[in-house]
Amino acid sequence: MSALLTLRDVSKSFASGTQALAGVDLEVAEGEFLSLVGPSGCGKSTVLRLIAGLIAPSGGTVSFTPSKPETAFVFQDPTLMPWANVLVNARLALDLEGVDLGEAEARAAEALTRVGLSGFERAFPRELSGGMKMRVSIARAIAAKPKLLLMDEPFAALDEPARQSLNDDLLALWREDGMTIVFVTHSVYESAYLSTRVAVMRARPGRVVEEIVLTPPAARNESYRLTPEFSAAAGRISASLKGKAA
Amino acid sequence: MNALLKYALPFALGIAVLVAWQVAVRAAQLPVYLLPAPSDIWAAFTSDFASLMASLWATLSVTLAAFALAVLIGVSLAILFSQSRMVENALYPYAVVLQVTPVVAIAPLILIWVGYDRIELALILIAFLVAFFPILSNTTLGLKSADHNLIDLFRLYGASRWQILRRLQLPSALPYLLGAMKIAGGLALIGAVVAEFVAGSGTATGLAWRIVEAGNRLEIARLFACLGLLAALGIAIFAALSALEYALLHKWHESALKKQA
Repeated sequence: MSALLTLRDVSKSFASGTQALAGVDLEVAEGEFLSLVGPSGCGKSTVLRLIAGLIAPSGGTVSFTPSKPETAFVFQDPTLMPWANVLVNARLALDLEGVDLGEAEARAAEALTRVGLSGFERAFPRELSGGMKMRVSIARAIAAKPKLLLMDEPFAALDEPARQSLNDDLLALWREDGMTIVFVTHSVYESAYLSTRVAVMRARPGRVVEEIVLTPPAARNESYRLTPEFSAAAGRISASLKGKAA
Repeated sequence: MNALLKYALPFALGIAVLVAWQVAVRAAQLPVYLLPAPSDIWAAFTSDFASLMASLWATLSVTLAAFALAVLIGVSLAILFSQSRMVENALYPYAVVLQVTPVVAIAPLILIWVGYDRIELALILIAFLVAFFPILSNTTLGLKSADHNLIDLFRLYGASRWQILRRLQLPSALPYLLGAMKIAGGLALIGAVVAEFVAGSGTATGLAWRIVEAGNRLEIARLFACLGLLAALGIAIFAALSALEYALLHKWHESALKKQA
């Protein structure tokens, strides 16, 4: 698979003097599910925001091949517009691109169906549970059919059942749409379950210390979490986080 | 039951106070120029109904015009501030100066500049000066309070400044604006009353001037009738703005959520 984007010797320091990243080299291949794992303060989120173009690197380059693809971002908070109903929220990217209303509504409704929220189009965010709000946030992200989906600890605030069911739904969306996902998490198990590759990061200064390629079965479900393969993958990531050889 | 009690209780209290007032005034045989009984006030109100309504309308029209101007200019300036930090830094201190200077002190100047032949306009300007600052400062705050992650998301999707303003900043500012409007509505009425007091004799025809006039003539019952009308006007403005707030926010905003018992 070819590289979709490349970070070369990327560093980032903030005005406060904090050195968030130093010498980060990272390639993201088209179609992969890459997780960035590391302790808080290791610059995982900063990498994501650099890729999104929301902030500029202090040094080094972020380049895309051939050019920056259609990108969507999912935050840890659902960050929905509280004054707009679910359908209008899901339509956001399409509205901003100037897609005509009828088509935007149809595509947003389809995205909502795919995340299991058909029937909730007219509901307002405050009427939904945390897990459902996150589903709206994901529907908003996939409605515009992005090639690159950036997710910043999207499920960290959810309870375990909601988290696992969203993990499975996200994998299904990833397989069906063939998008590239860069997923930030601090959960070893989540990264082991979801990813085809894990980049382990460490703090002070933030950098990538190891990249681990995983070969999970294409179809995963709850029983995969009980297999030796899953334990081995989680063990490797965990060991790398602690700085020991696996 | 609870809803009934919520409205019945203050209403019953009001009736009780009126009855006690009536009985006390009659029992003590207070002269009407000191403290008129409710029945005297009602008599003054009905006998003078047409001219009091004309005065009410004069004060109401000044209040509404000043309020509309305050919303229009306050929101426009706040939008301008949100688009240009330089403009905000340059203008905001002067808006504050305008706010902290007691407007009664500026009123004579405005009356001279605008002129007594255009007294209505002068009254509107004075009331506007009293009402406009909460709109400006609250809307400015509201426009800045848009969720930063949402702003990032809008930028990621290539939104223009206009799209960010219309689809994100203005809706975020709406609860702030509506809160400010409730304050500014009351202030516009106060401003109109102050303006009439300052404008003084002859040209002014509003309720405030009628109060001054009634006071000078010791027509205390009519003074009370005017006061009652002003209070009713203030309540009506507040109720209308509260209804507007409910209509625009109840579907989505936290402030309109019913508390779970």
